[in-house]
Amino acid sequence: MHIVVCIKQVPDSAQIRVHPVTNTIMRQGVPAIVNPYDLFSLEEALRLKDIHGGRVTVITMGPPQAEAALRKCISFGADEAILVTDRAFAGADTLATSYALAAAIAQIAKDQAVDMVFCGKQTIDGDTAQVGPGIAKRMDMQLLTYVSQVDSLDITSRTVQVQRRAEGGVQVLTTRLPCLVTMLEGTNEMRFATMDNMFRAARYQLKVWDRVAAGIEDVSKIGLKGSPTVVSKVFAPQAKTQRAEIIDSESGEPRDLALTLISKLFTQHPAMSEAIVKQSA
Amino acid sequence: MSAETKAPVKKAGKGKYELSDELKAYQGVWVFVEHERGEVHPVSWELLGEGRKLAAQLGVPLSGVVLGAPGLATRRFCEEAFSHGADNCYLIEDAALGNYRNQPFTKGLTDLVNAYKPEILLLGATTQGRDLAGSVATTLQTGLTADCTELNIDMENRSLAASRPTFGGSLLCTILTLNYRPQMATVRPRVMSMPQRDNSRTGSIVQHPLGLIETDIVTKVLEYIPDNRQDKPQLAFADIIVSGGRGMKNPENFQLIWDLALLLGAEVGASRPVVQAGWVDLERQVGQSGKTVRPKLYIAAGISGAVQHRVGMEGSDVIIAINNDPNAPIFDFATYGIVGNAMTILPALTQAFKQQFAVAKMAS
Repeated sequence: MHIVVCIKQVPDSAQIRVHPVTNTIMRQGVPAIVNPYDLFSLEEALRLKDIHGGRVTVITMGPPQAEAALRKCISFGADEAILVTDRAFAGADTLATSYALAAAIAQIAKDQAVDMVFCGKQTIDGDTAQVGPGIAKRMDMQLLTYVSQVDSLDITSRTVQVQRRAEGGVQVLTTRLPCLVTMLEGTNEMRFATMDNMFRAARYQLKVWDRVAAGIEDVSKIGLKGSPTVVSKVFAPQAKTQRAEIIDSESGEPRDLALTLISKLFTQHPAMSEAIVKQSA
Repeated sequence: MSAETKAPVKKAGKGKYELSDELKAYQGVWVFVEHERGEVHPVSWELLGEGRKLAAQLGVPLSGVVLGAPGLATRRFCEEAFSHGADNCYLIEDAALGNYRNQPFTKGLTDLVNAYKPEILLLGATTQGRDLAGSVATTLQTGLTADCTELNIDMENRSLAASRPTFGGSLLCTILTLNYRPQMATVRPRVMSMPQRDNSRTGSIVQHPLGLIETDIVTKVLEYIPDNRQDKPQLAFADIIVSGGRGMKNPENFQLIWDLALLLGAEVGASRPVVQAGWVDLERQVGQSGKTVRPKLYIAAGISGAVQHRVGMEGSDVIIAINNDPNAPIFDFATYGIVGNAMTILPALTQAFKQQFAVAKMAS
């Protein structure tokens, strides 16, 4: 089994602040982490390797500092890590990103055929969920998104059975390898890095590929040039001009405040209040 | 059709984009009508409502796209699409389309686009819509904007201006697909309002073959296990939601949220910190990384109203905010606010509602 896991280094969104005047992202001091959704996919890949043997290769496309995210994955137990980095990738949207990653994975496959590719469900900075399906399409792999469980994998018959989250239910699907899987969040728990793997991660010589090493000849398919979408503007969500009407009462006691609020609600919004009464009954 | 066959865009004066004749041939607004187990996902009707406005601005027809197994249901979906604003429908009926699967649906939708050339193609940002949209856009080599919350037409370029939250919801960005067609976008459920249904509307149906047989399809559906709806919170469709945030301080206090919700027959919601702390299930999370809701009444206790939460609930008709910090951002967009300790206000509110219901009962 050879499994490739695509990851992305992202800023920890919980710590991102927007400059109140200039509306720009203040990145200073915001820690970079492995996209949390990717870890569910990495853990599933490692789990399959534990059962079936083989090798797990992690790959990312990003700036040179994304190396740290790859080392993190090595510390969890990934075997190999490849950083695909080139200025020519700058400004890539999801279509251009899936092109570059698919090319790089095809390059990896020259060394050893790839049986499965795992991607995160989506990233926390882009939230598009489009790169995984894009890679699958380009590599002509079966696509299994939002997988909550890999039920079974049979290497001899090259079949895999999974449970996929659908709207209003779960699909039990079976397909043939090679396939691309995106795991749903909360479906497993990332293992602890062992001491051995942490040492290995620190010493590990990761492969750094530029555009040419990744097997990309056509520069019109990557970066800004290969991206059909353009960002025309970035703006702060429009603030409602109306401020809340603050409920006050003479005593300021919770009971009085609650009664004042409810009488306001029932006089100002009779239709809604009627619905509330009906529903409560 | 691939990108190479499309003539590059010519830049006209004043920064305006002029489409090649080939791309100009792409006209009309399409909405993918998503269904599962004989039911259309409401987001499809919301999109027809929104698509109607875009089509009117562009002066083009609005179409529904239905892919499904032969039978009464697919015809009914087309009829319903007309009732919700579609002028016509494109329909592929094939036994292979009985359950959603990526491969045959991608083939069907891609073929329809190549045959009938819409300029805009909209899908719901659901598990099905996002799975399909990513594959179709890659096959067509065109631009796709995910998880949009606002759609407009940039009349200068005659193009779709799709806005979506970015950087965890702190900012919105508007994205254009200038020299590729169709322009694709997925849109979050419950963000656009539901259009008025008009059963007198009719339209024509254009049928198209799938051109794929079951043996060509690699992935098989062995089983479909429907969610037990009684067990699952249905926040997206709730009329009343009582939500709690970090300000509730501990899981014991959070019980006060449940008490009020029980009385009102409401769903319980929560902000991200509460879900991360494990006080309630992930399915109850409201906001950027959770659900978008549009209830008639949203009661937020101990929630500061950070933009990540706000984008998920500001479409509510009436918002009541309870927070002990008078400067909490939630008071900037709530309808009513009570500045005070949620742990004493909530039980008082539960009592006051009880009293009000008793009065209403006596009156009726």
